[in-house]
Amino acid sequence: MITSNKLNRRSFLKVSALAGGGLILSFNWLAGCKPEEIEEFGLPKEWFRLNGYIKIGENGLITIMSPNPEGGQNVKTSMPLIVAEELDADWKNVVVEQAPLDTDNFTRQFIGGSQAIRIGWIPLRTAGATARQLLINAASQEWNVPAAEITTESGYLIHQASNKRAHYGKMASLAATLPLPENVELKDISEFKLIGKSHKNVETKNIITGKPLFGIDYKKPGMLIAMIIHPPAHGMKLKSFDDSAAKNLPGIKGIFEFKSLQDDYSRTFFDTVSFTDLIAIVGNSTWQVLQAKKAISAEWEPIQSYEEKRDQFGNPTTRIVPAGLESEESQRVKMEAAAKSPRTFRKDGNPEQAFQNAAQVIERTYEAPFLSHNCMEPMNFFAHVQGDKVNCAGPLQKPELTEQALSQRLGIPVENIEIEMTRLGGGYGRRSYAHWLVEAAVISQKMNAPIKLIYTREDDMSGGIYRSRYHANYRAALDENNQLIGFHVIAGGLPENPLYPDRFPAGAVDNYWAEGWEVPSNLTTGSFRAPRSNFMAAVEQSFLDEVAEAAGKDPIDFRLELLKKAKTNPVGERNDYDPERYAGVLELVKSKSNWGQTPAGISRGVSAYFCHNSYAAQVVDLKVENGEVQIDKVFNAIDCGLVVNPDAAKNLCEGAVVDGIGTALFGELKFNQGIPDRMNFDQYRMIRSKEAPKEIETHFVESQEDPTGLGEPAYPPVFAALANALYQATGKRFYNQPFIQELNG
Amino acid sequence: MAQFNLNVNGKTQQVDVDPSTPLLWVLRDHLDLVGTKFGCGIAQCGACTIHLNGTAVRSCQLPVSAAEGAQITTIEGLSENGDHPVQQAWMEHDVPQCGYCQAGQIMTAAALLQQNPNPSDEEIENAMNGNICRCGTYLRIKAAVKTASQKL
Ligand code: FES
Ligand code: FES
Repeated sequence: MITSNKLNRRSFLKVSALAGGGLILSFNWLAGCKPEEIEEFGLPKEWFRLNGYIKIGENGLITIMSPNPEGGQNVKTSMPLIVAEELDADWKNVVVEQAPLDTDNFTRQFIGGSQAIRIGWIPLRTAGATARQLLINAASQEWNVPAAEITTESGYLIHQASNKRAHYGKMASLAATLPLPENVELKDISEFKLIGKSHKNVETKNIITGKPLFGIDYKKPGMLIAMIIHPPAHGMKLKSFDDSAAKNLPGIKGIFEFKSLQDDYSRTFFDTVSFTDLIAIVGNSTWQVLQAKKAISAEWEPIQSYEEKRDQFGNPTTRIVPAGLESEESQRVKMEAAAKSPRTFRKDGNPEQAFQNAAQVIERTYEAPFLSHNCMEPMNFFAHVQGDKVNCAGPLQKPELTEQALSQRLGIPVENIEIEMTRLGGGYGRRSYAHWLVEAAVISQKMNAPIKLIYTREDDMSGGIYRSRYHANYRAALDENNQLIGFHVIAGGLPENPLYPDRFPAGAVDNYWAEGWEVPSNLTTGSFRAPRSNFMAAVEQSFLDEVAEAAGKDPIDFRLELLKKAKTNPVGERNDYDPERYAGVLELVKSKSNWGQTPAGISRGVSAYFCHNSYAAQVVDLKVENGEVQIDKVFNAIDCGLVVNPDAAKNLCEGAVVDGIGTALFGELKFNQGIPDRMNFDQYRMIRSKEAPKEIETHFVESQEDPTGLGEPAYPPVFAALANALYQATGKRFYNQPFIQELNG
Repeated sequence: MAQFNLNVNGKTQQVDVDPSTPLLWVLRDHLDLVGTKFGCGIAQCGACTIHLNGTAVRSCQLPVSAAEGAQITTIEGLSENGDHPVQQAWMEHDVPQCGYCQAGQIMTAAALLQQNPNPSDEEIENAMNGNICRCGTYLRIKAAVKTASQKL
C-alpha cells in the first residue's frame, strides 16, 4: 500500500465551510446523469460534500466531479473512475458532473500534453481514499466500533463482528462534519476493481440523443448572436468598413469595430491571436447575422512590423512581428536561408569526423505544410458581462490561463469571472488559444447583453493558430560494417523550430549532432496534437527506415540494436526516453503483427516514437491500386503505463491512427499573399470513412507503472509507418507531406 | 419574414423567419433543437443531417420554405427513449469521442438502414462517406451500423 497525503490542501478547504449544513444542490445535475440508473436508485433529497470531488446523497447516490474539460479524451469518465476506485464506490451508483473552473478546489484544469491522468493519478486517488476514510470514521463513531475493524465494499460500510452494514449515504452527513484524516492509504494495484476494466463513456447517451452539451448549444434568455469579420489575409489590418447595407437588415442589433487585446498588453503563452482589430455583428439569430456579415464591405491595409509584448511564464519579453504578405515561395526562400545557419542544440562525439570516415552517407530532406486544426465544432463562446461581473461558458482547453487576458482586457478582477466549461467538439490544441472568449466578452460588454459568439468554418480556417510549416534535413554515416557511426539532424520551421534534441536516436549514436532554426512570421501558429512530435516522428522514423535499408538490416532489428546500445552504453546524459520501454513496444508490435510474414498482396511499414511520457509502435498494412491507398490494417503497440479504461483507450488510439493517416495523406494549407488557400471542407481534404483503415488492432504493454499520456502518443509515429509502407508498395520514398501529391504526381 | 408551419418530430410548430433561412438555423435558433449541428454550412461535413420524409438531408442547405409540409425528424425525435437500434448500437460500441459529429452520423446511418436494412461493408462506407468525424471514429461507426443492421 502507498500512503499518501499529497493532495493539494486547497482541495479540502470547502469541507469545513460546508460542515453541518453540508447540503449542496448541483445546478447542472441533469447534464451529467445516467438517467436509467438514477431511476432505479432515485434522486437523493440531500447531498453531503466530502471534498472538492465528492458529494454523497443520503440515499447512497454518489456524485463525482470531473475537474478537466472534456473534448473526447474520455477524462470525464476516467478521472471520476479513479476517484471511485479508491472511494470503493459502486460505479453503477455514481453520477459524474463537470466541475466549473474552480482554482480553489482543483488544479491543472486543462487539456493539453496528454497529462491529465498522469498528473491526476495520485490526487484523484487520494480524494477518493480520503472520503472513504471519512465515511469509515463516521461509521466508527455511529456504531461505536474501532475504525480499523470497518471495511468497505461497493458503496457499503461493513463491520463484520457486529454484523453491521450501511450504505455510504447513511454516514455521509456525519462524515461531512468530521476532521480530515491526515494520511490515508491508497490501494495496491492488485486490489483495483474498476481501474483496468472497460467502462462506457458516461456521456454517450447524451451525445447520441442530441442533448445540449456543447458550447455552441449554449443558450440564455435574451441572448444575442454575434459574429466577427477578421482581415482576409495575414499581414493585413482593418482600415475602414461600410455597413450601410447591413445595419438595417432585420434582426441586426449592432455592428461595430472593436479591439480584442490592447496593443500594449503583455501576452501570456496562450494569448496568441492573429487579428485584434475586428468588426462585430450582433443580432437576434444566426442567419440574420450571417446575412449582415455578407453585406458589410471592408477595406484592409498592410500592417507595419511591430513589437509584441510577451509574458514568458513571468519573464517579460518582446518579439518583432514582421510585416509582409507571405506566400508559399517567399516562405521557402526565407526557410532555405535560415536552414544555412542553424544553432547547435546538442553535439556528442565528433560528428564531422564520423561523416568524413563513413563508408556510406545517407542524406534526405523532408517537408510538411501548415495544418488547420478543424475541430468539428466551430469556435464559439458565450459571455455575459454585467457591471463588474462576467459569466461565460463554452469550450476551451486552458480556462485557468485564459482568465488573465479576460480580466486585464475588461478591467474586472479574476474573482468576478465565472467560466463554465462545456464539452468541446474537438480541441487538438486549437482551443488552448481562447481569443474568442475575450472577443465574446468585449462584445457583450459593449452590447450590454448576453451574447454567443460563433465563428463560421471559414472564419476559423482562415483565422490562424495553425500547425507551423516544417523542414528537416537528416544525414546518417555508416561504417564498412554497416554500423551507424554518425547522425545529424537540422530541423526548423516557420515560425517554430520543431527539434527535440534529446530524443532517440540521441544516446544511441557516438557521434550525434542536432541543430535547429526558425523563421519569424506574422502567421500565428500553436500547439497541434502532439506538438512538434507530429513532424519529428514522421521524418525521423521515415529516415531511419531508409538508413536500415542502406545498412541491409530489418527496420525493427535495426532500431532494437540502437536501443540496446542506448541502454547498455548510452551516449550523453540528457536522453529523454527509456530504451527498454521503447524496445518493449517494438517487440510487442513485432509479435502481434507477425513481422516478417507479410500477408500476400500487402505492403507494410513500421515506426515507433516516444512522447508525452508514453511509447507507441505501429505497423501499417496497405495496398496501392490505381493511385488509391487502401489501408487494410494497423497494429498499435502502446506503453502508457497502467491502462485506466482499456476500451476508451483503444478508441483514442484508433482515432489517433485515423487522424494521423488522414493528415499525412491529405492535410495541407498554403498561403498566397497572406491568404490561406483553404477555407472550408470543400478545399481542405479530411479523411473520410472509405479512406480509414479497415481494421485497427491496439495492444497495450502490461504495466504497473503509473498511467501516462494517451491522447497524443499514438498520433506521431503513424505518419512514418504509412510512409514506409507506401515505399514498400510503390518503390517511392515520401519526403513531403501531404503524401497524396507525390502518390498521384 | 414569413410564417411557416413545420412538422418536426411529429409536432407542428410555427416559426416566423426569413424564407431563405436554412432549416439548420430554424431548428437550432428558433425551435431549441440543438442536437442538429453546424459544421461547415456548405454540405460537406454532414453534421447537420436530418430526415426529410425519411431521407437523409443536409439541413444547412435546405431553406425553411422547402421544408414546409414535410415530415422532419431530428436526432431528438429519432426515438422516444434514445433506443433506436442505431442508437443502441452506438451505445454498445461506445462510438463517440468528442461527439460533435455523432448526431449527423446516426441520422445518416438510420436513413441508410431504413432504405437498405442489410447493407454490405461497401454500401455502409459509401453512405457514411459524407459525414466527417474529425476524431476518427470511423471504424466504430461502421461496426455499429453493422450491429444495428443485424438487430433490425
Ligand atoms: S453543416 Fe451542413 S453539411 Fe456541414
Ligand atoms: S467524435 Fe469528434 S468529430 Fe466525430
